[in-house]
Amino acid sequence: MVEKLLEILYEIRPEVDFLNSSNFIENRLLDSLDIVVLVSDIEEAFAISIHVNDIVPENFYNLETITKLIARRGGQI
Amino acid sequence: MNLQYRNKKISGILAVVPQNEVRFDDEVENYNFSVKQSMKLKKIMGYDRHRIVTEGTCVSDLAICGLKYLLDEGLIYKDEIDALVLMTQTPDYFMPPTSNVIQGKLDLKQDMVCLDVKQGCAGYLVGLMQSFSLLEQDAINKVALVNGDVLSRKTSPQDRNTFPLIGDGAAVTIVEKNPGNSEIFANIKMDGSHRNALIIPAGGLKMPSNQDTAVMKMDEEGNSRCLDHWFMDGMAVFNFVVNEVPPMINNLMEFSGVGLEDVDYFMFHQPNKFMLQRLADKMDVSYDKMPYNIVENFGNSSGATIPTNIAFNLGDKLLNHSYLTCLAGFGVGLTASSMLMRIGPLDFCRMIEY
Repeated sequence: MVEKLLEILYEIRPEVDFLNSSNFIENRLLDSLDIVVLVSDIEEAFAISIHVNDIVPENFYNLETITKLIARRGGQI
Repeated sequence: MNLQYRNKKISGILAVVPQNEVRFDDEVENYNFSVKQSMKLKKIMGYDRHRIVTEGTCVSDLAICGLKYLLDEGLIYKDEIDALVLMTQTPDYFMPPTSNVIQGKLDLKQDMVCLDVKQGCAGYLVGLMQSFSLLEQDAINKVALVNGDVLSRKTSPQDRNTFPLIGDGAAVTIVEKNPGNSEIFANIKMDGSHRNALIIPAGGLKMPSNQDTAVMKMDEEGNSRCLDHWFMDGMAVFNFVVNEVPPMINNLMEFSGVGLEDVDYFMFHQPNKFMLQRLADKMDVSYDKMPYNIVENFGNSSGATIPTNIAFNLGDKLLNHSYLTCLAGFGVGLTASSMLMRIGPLDFCRMIEY
């Protein structure tokens, strides 16, 4: 799951070191439109639906929180 | 705050959009992002075409165009306009009020009220509330409510967060007393603690525009703008809307005693396709009851999007039918407001170009 997620993230922001970043939001590595694209790409790649209540900054802080979100919505590892 | 109005109605809606149409495909090179990512955003957010005024066009020009059309077509008469309420964030001047400019240029009667109110995306709801309150007076029988903005003039063309979605436009709504027994339910919430989520930092007296405020700077996300330009914290606004609007609508339904399933249409402010689809999903409302196609056709014209939405999507249908309609506006302030009212049959409901 992490490899697929990283692939998506690097397509959105190729210049960012996502592996060594602890907080994508507070460090302003992803903006709101990046999140919009990320949500759409994750839904497509993992065949899941992310509920609007889950589109909050804390679910997109880092790789761990995003993978937890994907798993919670039924995404397969 | 819950509000209730009686015996008032909307009798006509005219939306005015600038002729100048700009396509997102022609703008993607302006943004500091890959074309591929921008085209993805186009699909998700509904960016496609938007109407932008040509240089020098003011909100008064759009408003006068609309009101003059109605006067020329015999759809309203000068003597019956007892109040002109202008809802805008982009007035012609600090002083005088732009509503007085419009009144003077159209040679409307002097025995009337002219009022400017600064509001943005909730401006249609606040404008209707203002109009209903004016109509409580015996001397006021008909109000011309004008919602309009030319926010493109305060938007950086190199800001992917704001420019692709912006649209200029205006709308004239005629609001009058209704001798029938009609009830209108509304609510409104203000959250000034998030006032910086949508802001034009410079240009007022707090930070007058000067050479320094006009310097373009690139932010951490790769968008370029200056302090004279409109800034939006997209995540803060999104969270405000998805957290506040659905419970606000539920409260409105409870207050009015109407079930969500009894509402014919949800004519909401038009921020973008993504947000509206997610709102509809959260509220369990079908997309055909909640149109989201204004940004892709005209752009987001702040307080004018709801009447534009009604004119574009319901148009002629409202000449012969009436629909129980839920309106909602949300944005700058931050402000959120909703209203439940029966709209139609209307005397007119159409769009024109400036």
